[in-house]
Amino acid sequence: MTTKTVADLSVAAGYSVKEHAAGHSASQEHEDHGHAAAISRTVDGFWLYIMTDCILFATVFTGFAVMSHRYAGGPTGKELFDLPYLFGETMFLLVSSVTYGFVVLAMNRMNKGGVVGWLMVTFLLGLGFISMEVNEFYHMVAAGNGPDRSGFLTGFFTLVGTHGAHVTLGLVWMATMIFMVMKKGLTPQNQSRLIRLSMFWHFLDVVWIGVFTIVYLRGVM
Amino acid sequence: MFGKLTLSAIPYHAPIIMGAVAFTMLGALIIAGLISYYGKWGYLWREWLTSVDHKKIGIMYIILAFVMLLRGISDAIMMRTQQAMSFGPDHGYLPPDHYQQIFSAHGTIMILFVAMPFIVGLMNVVVPLQIRARDVAFPFMNSLSFWLTVAGAMLIMVSLGVGDFSRAGWTGYPPLSGIHYSPGTGVDYWDWAIQLSGIGTLMTGINFTVTILRMRPPGMTLMKMPIFTWSVLCTAILIMLAFPPLTVTLAMLSLDRYLGMHFFTNTLGGDVMLYANLFWIWGHPEVYIVILPAFGVYSEVVATLCGKRLFGYTTMVWATAVITILSFSVWLHHFFTMGASSAVNSVFSITTMLIAIPTGVKIFNWLFTMYRGKVRFETPMLWTLAFLVLFPLGGMSGVMLALPGADFVLHNSEFLVAHFHNVLITGTLFGMFAGYSYWFPKAFGFGLDEKWGRRAFWAWIIGFVMAFAPLYVLGFLGMTRRLNHYTNPAWHPWLEIAFVGTMVVVLGIVFQIVQLVVSVRNRERTRDVTGDYWQNGRTLEWATASPAPFYNFATIDPVHEIDEFMYLKEKGIAYKEPKQYRDIHMPRNTPAGFVLGGLSFVLGFGLIWHIWWLVVLSALATLVTVIVRAMNDDVDYYVPAAEVQQIEEARFKQLKETDPLLSGQALQHTHTPVILVHEAQQS
Repeated sequence: MTTKTVADLSVAAGYSVKEHAAGHSASQEHEDHGHAAAISRTVDGFWLYIMTDCILFATVFTGFAVMSHRYAGGPTGKELFDLPYLFGETMFLLVSSVTYGFVVLAMNRMNKGGVVGWLMVTFLLGLGFISMEVNEFYHMVAAGNGPDRSGFLTGFFTLVGTHGAHVTLGLVWMATMIFMVMKKGLTPQNQSRLIRLSMFWHFLDVVWIGVFTIVYLRGVM
Repeated sequence: MFGKLTLSAIPYHAPIIMGAVAFTMLGALIIAGLISYYGKWGYLWREWLTSVDHKKIGIMYIILAFVMLLRGISDAIMMRTQQAMSFGPDHGYLPPDHYQQIFSAHGTIMILFVAMPFIVGLMNVVVPLQIRARDVAFPFMNSLSFWLTVAGAMLIMVSLGVGDFSRAGWTGYPPLSGIHYSPGTGVDYWDWAIQLSGIGTLMTGINFTVTILRMRPPGMTLMKMPIFTWSVLCTAILIMLAFPPLTVTLAMLSLDRYLGMHFFTNTLGGDVMLYANLFWIWGHPEVYIVILPAFGVYSEVVATLCGKRLFGYTTMVWATAVITILSFSVWLHHFFTMGASSAVNSVFSITTMLIAIPTGVKIFNWLFTMYRGKVRFETPMLWTLAFLVLFPLGGMSGVMLALPGADFVLHNSEFLVAHFHNVLITGTLFGMFAGYSYWFPKAFGFGLDEKWGRRAFWAWIIGFVMAFAPLYVLGFLGMTRRLNHYTNPAWHPWLEIAFVGTMVVVLGIVFQIVQLVVSVRNRERTRDVTGDYWQNGRTLEWATASPAPFYNFATIDPVHEIDEFMYLKEKGIAYKEPKQYRDIHMPRNTPAGFVLGGLSFVLGFGLIWHIWWLVVLSALATLVTVIVRAMNDDVDYYVPAAEVQQIEEARFKQLKETDPLLSGQALQHTHTPVILVHEAQQS
């Protein structure tokens, strides 16, 4: 079994191209430590997945941009959005990104208890974000301003909902990881999974900054 | 309980449809019966359905492509028959309602369930062998990609007997595909079938990009990769860039249809042209996704069967890369008639014509490879020659359509139908047939019958020209596409010629089936004992046995040249036994891909028929399966060195005993084949 540490994995996550150029042949690794090479490739593959997800969001953003002023006699963003509420919601997500950073720091120290604890904190913050979003959606739909009201609301619910669906899946993943780390400890496979979840979680944060700026800030302007 | 699904969804009043259903079910029953008779269910499950071996997944992809080709060509026969009959007082035998479903299914099937699986199948069979890898980067994900594609194909097949298929064309333009004008389940079948297979394809794109970038042997720099691998890399990148917009576009259409949203409706702010733009942002790169690997096949075939290094390797790579980038700048040419300003149309017209330049570079590279080469007229080369003659015609008609002024006249006419069949059939499909006959011996260890291969080839060529040249004429005569009935007498003879042409194509397909049967029967005569079936193979897939052992290569040696295998043969070290064998790290088979494919089929079916409990159940089951699979750390194992040694020593023993006429000299030399395959088969 390999002793590849998470430091190497982070390198693989961030600088795999550089590593390649430096002449570390992937297949030589493949010969010597099959598992380790497989883990590092998995991180590469996940990077590519994130890029495709980026394009997916770009397309949904485009859809929203086209729809952003098609109110069809319905309410506008100015009438619907409660900025202080959304600021709170945003803070949940942003702070959860910081706490996930602590997960990775604890993992680098091979501190299993720290990893599980910070994962739980992150999970709760993420859950808080999703709860606030569901609450926002619920009140809009209850007031008759659902996604079928106008082109604008169609674009709004789709974009914010796509992000919300990603966060929800991230939470399912996180719950699974809490269970797996508790059960099997910080094995190389679990470290790789935690690194990938980290990439996913931070990515959703970046997307939310786009959503917050383009949907909400521009909406109330 | 069953949502919108009732017994009346089964069209038992329509004899044509029920005939097709009966035929399909009979075929499935015969196959199932044969498997039971020979007691092969266990073997099928262990060795194929749960396999993560890229070679087996590749073969299964190509089988899927051939099966769906039969469905797609049946649709073509029905349309051509209808158009040949339905003139003046005669209204043919297909009611408009059924006819619309047929042309929608034909396009959807041919692009997404014939061209795509065929290409992904060849990628799977060949790429890891060309780059001396043991498998793809993510073998389980590869199996999952395949089973998702199967799930999509199965949804289309089920739509034949349960409910109906979309009537909105393969592009599914709203508002026709919206809930208001298409309230039935047809559009939903189309939508979810593409959605499922599209997710599978996206994973294939990621998989092959990582495979090619991370799993090459030492010394194989990017500019020393075999050209087919290059074309697959570009295709994989295109898939990653183009498929997410398709996923989103189809999801938006679903949201409109299921939740009453207004992306593409006529009311409350919807915008149908948003759909057209988003669809073709996927759709245009998609045509390059299906053509680039075919270009890669031609490049390999022309070099091997002319006994020369590929002319202009570097320019070929750059041309491929330029096409990859330009393919994203042309989507608007699919709807010049949208009403954009002439400035916008001009930009897209120019970018479209620009693509002809790198494509032209490729054509000349192939021609110069043949120039002063020793051209061997074996079937893969025949397909390549036909491509070189016929494809530029389709390309030039495309340049004509790229002129907005001309396009206003030709838009949605039979001229367009002729154009895209001309590029897709002579470009993609002939490329796939060339690749099929070229790499068949590598996949199965014996060659395809050349005599029947030639018969199939000529039937296809003659049939293709007869079926599609008249459509160019019909376009100029003002005939629009997708007509169920017409009264213009000038069109009638051309449509009759096209009908005869289609029947000749069908003959070609029959010959291909005969070829397969004859080849299997005569397999001992065409057995490939050296692994280098064409005797002057240039790239690494020919360096290993045919079929390759499950680990592909016993040792991962450094690479020196683009045509590495030729280099090794010239130095006389192509068949050197390694001094020492090592344990080999391999992925374990898993049923997870098959299970997830099955669940996603059920999920899709539930969504189509609004059977919500089934949707929730299958979605939960999918989630649980994914988590269980993700928790499994025991996904790979080591093959002991002794086992590898045993397999390899048997191969070297066989190589030494091989008939010297067929391969003895080929073991040392190289540029001139010892004997032509089609002549050898005659003797």
